[in-house]
Formats: sequence, C-alpha cells, structure tokens
Amino acid sequence: MNRFEYARSGSVHDALRAIRQVPAMVDALGPEPLGTDPPMKFIAGGTNLLDLVKENVMHPRLLVDINGLPLDRIQPTAEGGLLLGALARNADTAYHPLVQERYPLLSAAILAGASPQLRNMATNGGNLLQRTRCYYFYDAGVPCNKRQPGSGCPARGGLNRIHAVLGASPQCIATHPSDMCVALAALEAVVLVSGPQGDRRIAFADFHRLPGDRPDIDTTLAADELITGIALPPEGFGRHSAYLKLRDRQSYAFALVSVAAALEIDEASGEIREARVALGGVAHKPWRDREAERSLIGRRAVPAAFEAMAAMVLADAQGCGHNDFKIPMAHRAVVRALERACGVEVA
Amino acid sequence: MAVLFDTVRDDAALQAQPEAPPAKHPIQLTINGREHALRVEPWVTLLDLLRERLDLTGTKKGCDHGQCGACTVLVDGRRINSCLTLAVMRDGASITTIEGLAAGDELHPMQQAFIECDAFQCGYCTPGQICSAVGLVNEGKARTTADLRELMSGNLCRCGAYPQIVQAVGSVLFGPGFRPAAEEATQRNVPGTAPT
Repeated sequence: MNRFEYARSGSVHDALRAIRQVPAMVDALGPEPLGTDPPMKFIAGGTNLLDLVKENVMHPRLLVDINGLPLDRIQPTAEGGLLLGALARNADTAYHPLVQERYPLLSAAILAGASPQLRNMATNGGNLLQRTRCYYFYDAGVPCNKRQPGSGCPARGGLNRIHAVLGASPQCIATHPSDMCVALAALEAVVLVSGPQGDRRIAFADFHRLPGDRPDIDTTLAADELITGIALPPEGFGRHSAYLKLRDRQSYAFALVSVAAALEIDEASGEIREARVALGGVAHKPWRDREAERSLIGRRAVPAAFEAMAAMVLADAQGCGHNDFKIPMAHRAVVRALERACGVEVA
Repeated sequence: MAVLFDTVRDDAALQAQPEAPPAKHPIQLTINGREHALRVEPWVTLLDLLRERLDLTGTKKGCDHGQCGACTVLVDGRRINSCLTLAVMRDGASITTIEGLAAGDELHPMQQAFIECDAFQCGYCTPGQICSAVGLVNEGKARTTADLRELMSGNLCRCGAYPQIVQAVGSVLFGPGFRPAAEEATQRNVPGTAPT
C-alpha cells in the first residue's frame, strides 16, 4: 500500500477540524504524486477504501479514523421513524429488531450484499459512499473519467456487461454497487450530514448523482462534510415490500439488476395507494421513476399493471452491447419484485 | 525479491518522494489471549501484522481484497476480513486466529469437525473457513442448511470441498447427526436471491 498518515477522532467536532487542517498538511508533505482524489479521507469500516488504496486507485495522504465517534446507535426518531447511526455496522443494522420488524425491505437488501465478514465491518455511512466496481475504474493502468476526468471511458466500447442502461452519460456508464442504497431510495431515507457550516439533511434521491460531465463526483456530500446518520421515515412498507437481486452467482456477487419494491395497498378495495420502485445495477445511482410509480396509484395490484409500469421505467433504457440483456432483465425483475411485494407471485 | 526492488528504484515518480522515516503508532492487541504492545506503520493491515511481524502464518493471504475469506479472523468475537482492516484501527481489540482456537492439545470442535468430515483438500482456505464458521455459530443466524451455505459464502474453496464444509459446520451447528437435506440444498433463503 502507498504510505499515508493516520489520525483518530473522538468526536464529530474533532473529525471536522481534522479536515480543515488538511491543506496545511498537504503543503507540508509536498504535492500529491498520483491521482486527483481527495488527500484526506475518513475511514470507518474501510472495506472499500483500503481495497481502492491497495489498487492504486485512491491515494489518501491522511486517513482520519472515525470509529471512535458516538455514531453507532440505532434508535427511534421523534417523527416516528428510525435513526441509523452512520457507524452502525451493516450486519447490526440488518439484524436490528426494529429494522427487521418495520423495514424488512432494508434488512433484505443489506443481507443480499457482500459477505458476513464484510457486513460485520462495513458501516452505514460507508455503504453510501462506496465506489463503482467498474473494471476500468479499478484498473489504474487504463483511462477512466471517474478516476482521471477527461482521460476517456474504455467501458463504453469495451467490456460493459455490468454497466448502466439508464441515466448514463457519454463520459461514464458506471453503476452504483450498493444494495442497501436501493432500499434506502425506495424508503425515501434522509442522509444526515455535519459540516463546517453546521448540520444539513439530504433527501436520498439528491444524495447520489448521475455522472453527466463530472463522473468523478459520486455524491452531493462536500469534501469537508461527514455523514452522521440515516433517518428512515415512519412508513416502512412492512406489509408489502420485496428486494429482488439478480446476479451471476447465487451469493456474494454484485447485482446485475436489483429491485426494491414497496407498495401500500388498500385492503378493502385492493387498490394501490402508494408505490415505490427503485432499481440497482442499472444506473450511476439507485434509479427511481416517479411518473412510472404514479401510474400504479389507484390500480389493482395485478401483473398487467406491473408490466405497464416496468415498460415505463425502461422506456429510455439504452445498452452498450454486452449489457443489452439488462433491459429485458430489469423489466422482468420489476414485475417479479412487485408481485412478491404484494404476495401474488406465481411460482 | 531483487527484481521487485529494482523495479521500484527505477520508478522516477516514487524516487522523487523524500524518504521520511515511517511514522509508527503504538497499539495494544490481545492476540489468542496474549497481550502485545506493538508499534506499527498506519498502512500495515491486520493480516500483514499477524503473518509478517508476529509469525502467526495460520491466517492466509489469498486475494488480499476481501473476496476470498482466507484471511478471516475473529475480532472481539466477530468474523472479519483481516486484509481489509488496518492494525492501527484495531487498537485495544481482542483477536482470535486459527492458532488460538484449540485449548492446548484439544482441538476446537469446529477444527475436529473439519477433520472428521474431510472438509478440505489443499487446506489453504481452511483456517479462514474455520474462523468464519466459528463466527457464524457466534452470530446465531443460521437456522437451515440453506442459511448455513449463504452465511459461509464469504469463504471460497478452490478445491470445491463445499459439501464437506457444509457437513462439518452443520455438525457443530445442528448436532452430530446433521445431514443436509436434499431439498434444502437448492432452497433459497435470503430474500432477493435469484430463484434457481
């Protein structure tokens, strides 16, 4: 691994102060030798960051260890929702009784990702900030607009089986790798952030970005801000939700396509009152189509409605060759996830 | 080794960096019940500390990227990939490696089960498999054979000893009479897993 300095913070205040001292520290250490990634990174679980440092993709000069911060609690909020501490581990979150009981969609999505060892290490805040697993992003020997803006994108004309079919740009067709974030998008979670200007709340839909002409920027989190928690709204869709993940092997693989589906159904009339459908593995961020979701409102929960909804979601989808299969796969996955959510799936 | 060093010296970008003495951090670790006061550079992973500095080479380096599970150890009773954590991040922790599972000459029940079930061939993944299986038992989430398979999926075995590994872990988890039911072998358990 490349060399870096290491410091520990015991409070959010200390951690934010450590960021502010980075420019002086970088001056003292000399210019950044490689890459354009930020010279200071917070480290919590480290499962993705240390991998990227080993791969010579990220080159932090200073890692600030935030594991000592008191941000690992999972507790009910005053609004009737649930606060997931940024430092609560993915495993502890997925198996927390309140998450399992009230937000089974989130629990299922977390458990569909990574391995037990990684879920024991990875934190909720870190899950939101993990980087794409695009092969070209991970290979420091080839160009990549996400790693080196303006250097080019070998994925578009190269091996792009795992890449995006929605919301991509000429500069980048990478996908967001998280399962947890797909469920958080469907649940309309809120990301709680602290920075030098104080605290702010970021709606989940606004947290991750589409690549556009700045694929090097994954999120709207500023470089000097720290995620402190994730707030789940009171509605957890516990009665009608499902997470469906399709991948190359049955476990421990990233999604080719995944779908978090959540429905609120009027039990008397059978009509859908609210619908949330978020897709993973198909875009630079968890993908939602509000217009397509609204098309389900007032309709009965029947396969024909789900088919029409899926067609709307994928109307503008575009493959790059190897990933063309994702479009029909995503269509069928949306239908099946909705069927599972309302319990009508035909085996 | 000499070739590697020559390659590094030829790299002008690296040569331009001034050679500052590495900053070491004092840490305390309890490893297999024994306390260690150590000074480590920040970039030393827990895996490299165990293998290269403490000669605890039972923990294996497979992929070094958290994909194979060969480096699995127990930190404060929880299984993690020791290749993806820095030793300095574990200051104060209690670590159990494969060397620390047996009580003297008495093997840990999971070690004994792996031998009785012939749950390995080359043996390289075995220390990680066993530590992972002990962590799985501690977690108490596996209720079926399908759960067991899913919750051991972070440990790859290139020899393909999976049926015997499932038998070994199951015999500790569910009792010596455990036989993986045929119907369970293909049963899906984790919501979101693709149907087969």
